[in-house]
Amino acid sequence: MDIKVLGAGCAACRSMLSDVERLVAQLKLDARVEYVTDVEKIMSYGVMSVPVLVIDEQVVMIGHRGAKKIEAALRAGSAV
Amino acid sequence: MQQTISSQPATSPARKQDLKAFLMVGLAAILWLAAYNVIQPFANWLSYGLLGLSPASHLGSSLAFFFYDVPKIILLLGGMIFMITLLRSFFSAEKTRAWLGGKREGVGNVLAAALGIITPFCSCSAVPLFIGFVESGIPLGVTFSFLISAPVVNEVALAMLFGMFSWKVAGLYMLAGVTIAVIGGVVIGRLKLERYVEDFVWQIKVGKGGLLPDKPTWAQRFEIAWASTKEIVGKVWLYVIVGIAIGAVIHGYVPESALVGIMGKDAWWSVPAAVIIGVPLYSNAAGVIPIVHALMEKGAALGTVLAFMMSVVALSLPEMVILRRVLKPQLIAIFIGVVALAIIIIGYLFNLVL
Repeated sequence: MDIKVLGAGCAACRSMLSDVERLVAQLKLDARVEYVTDVEKIMSYGVMSVPVLVIDEQVVMIGHRGAKKIEAALRAGSAV
Repeated sequence: MQQTISSQPATSPARKQDLKAFLMVGLAAILWLAAYNVIQPFANWLSYGLLGLSPASHLGSSLAFFFYDVPKIILLLGGMIFMITLLRSFFSAEKTRAWLGGKREGVGNVLAAALGIITPFCSCSAVPLFIGFVESGIPLGVTFSFLISAPVVNEVALAMLFGMFSWKVAGLYMLAGVTIAVIGGVVIGRLKLERYVEDFVWQIKVGKGGLLPDKPTWAQRFEIAWASTKEIVGKVWLYVIVGIAIGAVIHGYVPESALVGIMGKDAWWSVPAAVIIGVPLYSNAAGVIPIVHALMEKGAALGTVLAFMMSVVALSLPEMVILRRVLKPQLIAIFIGVVALAIIIIGYLFNLVL
């Protein structure tokens, strides 16, 4: 699984990144987590607010919606 | 509770969850009201009863003020942020962009400034939002109207002004913020400053938005609002306490009308001075408003203190650093100049009218 967190270094972005990293370890997912701060790359996903969670090149969450939601997204992503 | 069996399919789980969420929110509202009503007796008991201070003493009146204001403001902040973020869950940057698309300047500026109030926005999203707006053909000036209004008219400022002053002052502030955003955006639009936007912005390929979030249920909206409330209150409560502590000292120790001479209506130079001092200062509304409130008690004029507050909130170094990624220094300078000037004009207007 290829996971990206798109962010700009703000508090919400960092907290999404740390939640994702923690959950990936906790759920023992076989995943690579990348933190993307490059504006051009962020814009290529067609989003206008950060943080954004991208799983296998699919935008699955815009804005930090809490660890529970992230966990659900990661589980759903890994089930595919 | 009894559940009637109807001919229609059984209540969907989403409906049930919504009902539960409404009940929870109702219960929370009752608790909130109860707590709000015991603050004053509690503060008096704490300062005059338990600590045995006299209401006439400087220390006594400062402390009673502090013990009353801190829980009151934090409760109000929590309640209002919850309601505002609930309202905002009906809006998004994507919808706002769609509404602004194809609008002329003028109408577009007013609409952008108004949408700036209700669109969920955090300054860390300023860059993708800026690019997303200009790429879709929204004029630069209209984009700026949004970028000025969104951080100025924010939920914390409104809640604090409502709590420490009145709904009238909060409304005036909102009106002032929107006016400044419209003026600033129109002026920047007229100046034709597109060349001062970093060149890469015009070349970026914006991807097609993959995810259009489905309409959330009420339970999800409450959840989002509650999460943002916790996050925002968690971020600002310390500012509130420090701000109120400084305000309480001013309240108890600075003599009445000590500031009439330097910050009153007749001191014409105080409005620009307040803005010039406010621009480099960076705090959030939570820290500034209690101090501003105390200054007003001692004779400062409303226009002057609102101008000070808006320049502190609207023009902040961190936001300029973020915007520098898409704007050349000349445009940043013009942006600061135009907004500062608009704030000064609004400050004078308030002092004149009120």
